[in-house]
Parts: sequence; C-alpha cells; structure tokens
Amino acid sequence: MLGALRRIGMLILVVWTVVSIVTILIELVPGDPATAILGDSATPEQVANFNQKHGLDRPAFFFTFPRDKNGGRHFEWHGWNNRYVDYWRNLLRGDMGLAFRGDRPVLDMILERYPATIQLALAAMFIAILISIPLGVLAGKNRGSWIDSVSSVVALIGISLPGFVIGPLLVYLFAVKLGWFSASGNKYPEDILLPAITLGAALSAILTRMVRSSVIEELNEDYVRTARAKGLSERKVVYKHVLKNGLIPVVTILGLQLGVLLAGAIITEKIFLWRGIGTLLLEEGIGNRDYRVVQGCVLVISVTYIAVNTLTDMVYRLLDPRIRVS
Amino acid sequence: MNRLSIFGFVIVGILVLAALFAPVITKKDYEDTNSGIRNQPPSAEFWFGTDAEGRDIYSRVVYGARISLEIGFIVVIVSAFIGTILGALSGYYGGWLDRFVSGYVFNVFLAFPGLLLAIALVAFLGKGFDKLILALCVIGWVGYARLIRGQVLKVREYDFVQAARALGAGNLRIMIVHILPNAIQPLIVQASLGMAGAVLAEASLSFLGLGVQGVPSWGKMIEEARGIETPLHVLLFPGIAIALTVLSFNFIGDGLREYLDPRQRKR
Repeated sequence: MLGALRRIGMLILVVWTVVSIVTILIELVPGDPATAILGDSATPEQVANFNQKHGLDRPAFFFTFPRDKNGGRHFEWHGWNNRYVDYWRNLLRGDMGLAFRGDRPVLDMILERYPATIQLALAAMFIAILISIPLGVLAGKNRGSWIDSVSSVVALIGISLPGFVIGPLLVYLFAVKLGWFSASGNKYPEDILLPAITLGAALSAILTRMVRSSVIEELNEDYVRTARAKGLSERKVVYKHVLKNGLIPVVTILGLQLGVLLAGAIITEKIFLWRGIGTLLLEEGIGNRDYRVVQGCVLVISVTYIAVNTLTDMVYRLLDPRIRVS
Repeated sequence: MNRLSIFGFVIVGILVLAALFAPVITKKDYEDTNSGIRNQPPSAEFWFGTDAEGRDIYSRVVYGARISLEIGFIVVIVSAFIGTILGALSGYYGGWLDRFVSGYVFNVFLAFPGLLLAIALVAFLGKGFDKLILALCVIGWVGYARLIRGQVLKVREYDFVQAARALGAGNLRIMIVHILPNAIQPLIVQASLGMAGAVLAEASLSFLGLGVQGVPSWGKMIEEARGIETPLHVLLFPGIAIALTVLSFNFIGDGLREYLDPRQRKR
C-alpha cells in the first residue's frame, strides 16, 4: 500500500516536472517569439498586442533577473503573477493557449490530429505482433538452425534500418513502381498499410528477438517437461504453455515501445504526409515557428507516453504475480 | 569475436578512413550543382550518380560520414562521461542522493519518448552543431547512468571492496580504483550500441530538417530524395550508408557483449 502511494507520488512529481520543462522551453528561444512570428518590420504596437494576446507581456517565472539601466542584472520577485502559473492554471482548465499563427486553440488542433497518429501507432503495433510472434517462436524452437540465424540477421537489419530509409523505399516500390498504394496522405483505409509497416519494422525486429529468447528460456522449464511427458503435442506445448508465460516480458516491451512508436510516428508521418500530430508538430509548429503549437504537441505526446508506461507497469504486475511478491 | 562483429569493425574502419581522407578520395566538390546532369545514374564519372541538383552523390556520401561520426563520437563521449559520474555517485552513496537521482531525475528524462525531447530542444534553441550535440546528450546520458548505477550497486558489495575499505581506502579511491574498472565492460558495450543510436538520431533530426546546416548529411540527403520522380539511386546510397553504419555498431556491440561475458559465450 505504502509502495503504491509512493509510486503515485513519484508519478505526479514526474508529470509536474515534465510539464514544467515543456513550459519553460519557450524561454530558450533566442530573441523573442513576437519578432520571430511578426518579422522585423512589425511596429512596436503590433508586438505589444501580440505579447498581450499570448500572455508574453507577463514575467516568465516567479522571479526573473531583468537588466537594469547600467547593464547589470538584479533579482526581481513577481509572486504568483507570472507566465508559469498562467500556463498551469489554463492547462488545468483544458486550455493550451492560442496558436501564434491563426489564433486557433492549440487543444482543438491537437484533438483534430491526434486520432490519426494513435491509429497509425496501433496499426504498426498490430503488424509487428503479426510478424514477430510466429517468427520468434519458429526461431526459438529451432535454435541454432539456419532458420534461427536468418531470422536474427533479418531482425538486426530491421533494427538498423531507420523508418526514413524503409519508408521512401516502400513508397518507391509499391506506390511509384507498382502503383498499388498512394504515396502519401490518409484518404483511403488502405493508405495506412505502408506507414504502418514503416513504423512497425523496428518493433517487429525487437519483438522477434524477445519472443525467441523467451521461448528458449521457457522451453527449459520443468512444466514443459511435464507437458511433454503427459503426451501433449509439441504444437500445444509451445502455443498453449510456453507462449503464455513467454509473452509476459513481450507485453512490457509492447507498452514501453508504444511511446517509441509515438515519437517514431513523427518521422513516419513526415514521409507519408500523414495528417497526425507529427506533421502538426513539424509543419504548423516547428516550420511556422509557432512555439505554442510545439509546446502543446510535446506535452500531449509525453503525457501519453507516461500514461501508457504506467498502465503497462500495472498490467505487468497483474500478469506476473512473482513481481507483486518481491 | 564472432564473424558479424568483425564485419562491423571492418565497415567502421572503412568509414573512419573515408571520413578522415574525404578530400583525398573524392574528386568532385560536394556542393557543385549542375542543372545539366540532374538525377544521372551511377557511371564511371559519378560513381553513385547525381542528385536532383546535379551534385555528386559519392562526394556527398563520403563527406556525410564526417558529420555522422563526429556527432556520434562526441555525443557518446559526453553522455558516457556525465552518465558514469552521476550513475556511480548515485549507486555508491545510495540514500537520499540515489533516491533523488535514480528515482526522480532518471524518470523525468525517461518520461520523454525517444527523440521527442531532442526535437523539442532543437526546435526551441535553433539549429546548429553545438545545439544538436546538446540535444542528443540530453537524451543520451540516462542510459549510461542507469547502467553504471546498476553495476556499482552490484560491485559495491563484493568482498574485495569491503577489504579495501577495511584497509582504509577513501571513497574516491574505492570508486575509481576498485569499482569503476569492474563496471567498465558493459560501458564499452553500451558505448558502441550508443554510437549506433547517436548516428541514427543525427540522421533522423537531419531528415526532419533539424540537423546541422550547410554540410552534407545522410539524413538530409534522404529528405531531399523523397520526390516521386526521383530515381532510386539518389535514395539508395545515403540509405545504405546509414543502415551499414548503424548495423556495424550494433554488430560490434553485440559481439563485444558476447566476448566480454563468458556466460553468454557458452550458450
């Protein structure tokens, strides 16, 4: 009980820090955002208007070190009247501010694009599972054979080939040469196939290796000998007994990898012009220097990642009683 | 050493030589554009062909090895250094320091998925060589710190450490002379895998348009090669370069792990 409370406390602390880091990142921008957005030709009034609308006229933090007239810096205390508090207060009300360009609420922009990214990540995961479980079992059952060596070399290549190499190659082959799929966009249902394979390739490779070593380990356990001794077919031994235990670490990896998929989706989305949160971050955010949009995207992706990892941890504890005891 | 890691060492050796002697082994300037020879297939004159602006792909791939290896190397050294110090202190002293570093700081840095923090840092700081390195170190050091912390926790309890303490050795001496040498093997493995990761991360950021500007980089070459009418070779050569580099460092890491850990060798 105490352990659970401590974990929850730590979780809250981590989320608070992550959000704070993202909030404060905007202070790293060289120069000020207003000139970056409005350009050098903006009048002082335009700049003042912009800063007021986006709350940038307020002090950055509880305290600042502004320059005084002779160029030195002095300490100044602002109390609760600062941007950091503003950001938190708005965030807790579900308001992530307005985009610097176009003045749309950032939350609306994200809600519009995030489902496509989650869809892509889940499709990638599905494809990875579909490939890796049979392949890993096959390699693990035939350890040391040529099937095993081939599958481990293929897995290593899968890990080493980044999405932005696989993706354009798939586009070249299946969209440009064969014309089976469209090269970009998410208009039709089958458009998800190429991006999902691209995004899931590395995960398939990692999972294949995991399933393989899991199967090898479990095959040495006593219960396997018992199952074999009572005359179960090898097929039943592997798929009913070994896989059930062997999949526990795989579930953990799947959970942890979902975050990697979300980050990888940024690259995949760029390759296929997939209209998800990745292209929102890259085009509307970084491309337009709309720091508010960048903040929102980074925040939402990180918090999703933390949530998924926490859930994975909980599921893992449920699945494997050995961990609960220790 | 298994065969794959020897393959890895050979490829990395070739890459390092290519990066060092890039001006010697290329004849054409990597920046020379020529609209008359766009998208030419590989030939005796242009070994890897030319890209959409008529630039020599061979020169660009060779020079691309420079930025890739340079950034990878610096990032691995800096993150391993920071990670080792923080991990060793945290593991050795334990107590509130360990609770703070491993319970809180590690978790904060691990709470950002993969490249996202690096993308965010470059997006806010701006592009550039030093900023890219900073961003990659920020996401890189935690892996080393966790590894070293775990090793120190294990080694700390060994009899020879207790013996050294009984003989009156100070904390610093115990840490540097007795504990760290015993934690160094997994660090070497992690560093070569980290090299693969750093090269990949640099290429990814370049692909996203967040890399170092003004020098040829494999990631950027692929980004430029994505057009529908671009021929395959423009995409293929930088792609092979990235894949071979990352694969080689992974092979080396796996091979070293097996070599340094006799328990794995027997299997």
